[in-house]
Amino acid sequence: MGLKILTEHINVPGINTFETYRKMGGYRSVEKALKTMTPDEVVDEVKKSGLRGRGGAGFPTGMKWSFLAKPEGKPRYLVCNADESEPGTFKDRVLMEKIPHALIEGMITSSYALGARTSYIYIRGELMFVLRILEKAIAEAYAAGFLGENILGSGYSLDLHVHPGGGAYICGEETALLESLEGKRGNPRNKPPFPAVQGLYACPTVVNNVESIATVPWIVNNTGEEYAKIGVGRSTGTKLISAGGHLNKPGVYEIELGLPVEEFLFSDEYCGGIWKGRQFKAVVAGGSSVPILPAQLFLKTAEGTPRLMTYESLSEGGFVSGTMLGSGGFIAMDDTTCIVRNTWNFSRFYHHESCGQCSPCREGTGWMEKILHRIEHGHGHMHDIDLLVNVSKQIEGNTICPLGDAAAWPVASAVRHFREEFEWHVKHPDKATAPGAVYRGAEDLAFA
Amino acid sequence: MNEITTQAEVQFSEEAMAEIRRYISHYPPDRKKSALLPILHIAQAEFGGWVSPAVQDKVAEILEIQPIEVYEVATFYTMFNLKPVGKHVLEVCRTGPCMLRGADQLIEHLENRLSCHVGENSADGMFTLKTVECLAACGFGPMLQIREKYYENLDPEKIDQLLDDLRKQ
Ligand SMILES: Cc1cc2nc3c(=O)[nH]c(=O)nc-3n(C[C@H](O)[C@H](O)[C@H](O)COP(=O)(O)O)c2cc1C
Ligand code: SF4
Ligand code: FES
Repeated sequence: MGLKILTEHINVPGINTFETYRKMGGYRSVEKALKTMTPDEVVDEVKKSGLRGRGGAGFPTGMKWSFLAKPEGKPRYLVCNADESEPGTFKDRVLMEKIPHALIEGMITSSYALGARTSYIYIRGELMFVLRILEKAIAEAYAAGFLGENILGSGYSLDLHVHPGGGAYICGEETALLESLEGKRGNPRNKPPFPAVQGLYACPTVVNNVESIATVPWIVNNTGEEYAKIGVGRSTGTKLISAGGHLNKPGVYEIELGLPVEEFLFSDEYCGGIWKGRQFKAVVAGGSSVPILPAQLFLKTAEGTPRLMTYESLSEGGFVSGTMLGSGGFIAMDDTTCIVRNTWNFSRFYHHESCGQCSPCREGTGWMEKILHRIEHGHGHMHDIDLLVNVSKQIEGNTICPLGDAAAWPVASAVRHFREEFEWHVKHPDKATAPGAVYRGAEDLAFA
Repeated sequence: MNEITTQAEVQFSEEAMAEIRRYISHYPPDRKKSALLPILHIAQAEFGGWVSPAVQDKVAEILEIQPIEVYEVATFYTMFNLKPVGKHVLEVCRTGPCMLRGADQLIEHLENRLSCHVGENSADGMFTLKTVECLAACGFGPMLQIREKYYENLDPEKIDQLLDDLRKQ
């Protein structure tokens, strides 16, 4: 059993209540930080921990915090990104649903470190039932004196609010999220200025993922040095992985970074292998926006070293033969999966979710979806395959926000690794699936 | 369903108004507009599952902003229904991971059972069938959402049971 930092108590009955959470040692980090540490000392511990943002980009959290501008007379904000809309990713939701106080404790300790007096949890609107769980837990924390005026007599005051979104993947991008929190359309802002200088209401703001923030209490309680001992190299600590797709045991797992991917995928402690006794064909390791990898390249790098669940190991080989850990949204595909259909599905998603501000993204995602639809439905041409790659290249790097890249990478990588499957589709317009890919589509009414 | 045509007819209940005031209090006094999304959710629940132009105008009035500021937001976010909906709105996830676990079949099954296509209301007005993108339940697909409730790991038997239960409500 690996070390559990976030999920140790997740199955304790009543852990969603303040009373039980407190009994299990909850809110100690608030006491420790507010009574014995300066805000800068908390920031230092987080820096020492090597914690990297768990929302996808993996940027060091302590460093991000230290960039926060501290002008006189202006409020500062901490905004928690609980928008979780990346296909394949469902870890934050499970954490908030089961152990809401873990996030709230993290919000208080982190807000103290940043000098925020008001903080927000921006949660996707679809998760209204989770919002209600959080609101109940926040009310309990206020009642116990952990939120509000003069927390625990320390002189520090904090208000914490939950804010529902309205259904838009792009609002997970931090500047779009801030626009949305201001009551506007979720159009990403041009950067710079970065949120650390001009964020919410043009005030200095830190936006952090749920999991990142929920990790802070452990770091404060046990020191950053202890946290940095867990994991491998620059991938310190534990990570929640949400595992879905064709697995025997889909679900959310907390792993110590550095776990061999093979163990994660096949051991009974984790995913338990591919379902229905089928073969492992491909994986999307870090949420739908990272490059797809064929099974063999996922288990071992092109050089033949076994891959580990770390930021570095998964990205080894760059975008030619590697991928990314991203948000930890792990999607396994068995040998009946049609890669073309899967790629088309993801492409449709990005087209649907493009905010429409930049033409390469607005138009390009639409073209890719159309071309993929054409190939998948038996109307494709051979030159369509290169056209796809071409369009993806036109989008990549040419847009205001990274959604454009997120749309381009899955397509480019699918063609790179599974080109013959695309060609097969073009050559066999009458057949819906490639050989080995016996995905039967809607004609099969018995569910998969 | 009551057709609301003028803003004057749009009256939030006292509970809804209290909820709206609570949300407005979460933001700086000169940043009331921040409460727009929360209020649109309240409005949609209050007025039959959709936000008519009159309802949107009322929201603008409450927040002291221009109606266009509400329209542009209501049309941007997929959760707000701009047309009347059935009593139960079934929102089926169609994205990759759910597709791998049978979302296409689930959608087809629902179309057959409800005799309507995605985007339409069933003839009896009971149901609206919608597809949505990933709802953060990817490991538990195929799944759908009805109002605030998630139904996960679905199969045809569970769906039929669910439709029966909803018809009885
Ligand atoms: C299109 C898009 C969607 C994103 N969605 C999320 C999300 O749902 N949750 C999240 O935490 N970060 C998301 N991010 C990353 C955020 O912009 C940001 O980097 C992150 O919230 C920072 O938190 P962290 O440093 O703790 O990871 C998204 C980024 C992009 C470009
Ligand atoms: S890249 Fe796409 S989503 Fe991002 S700002 Fe441009 S159009 Fe909007
Ligand atoms: S893909 Fe259906 S919930 Fe994520």
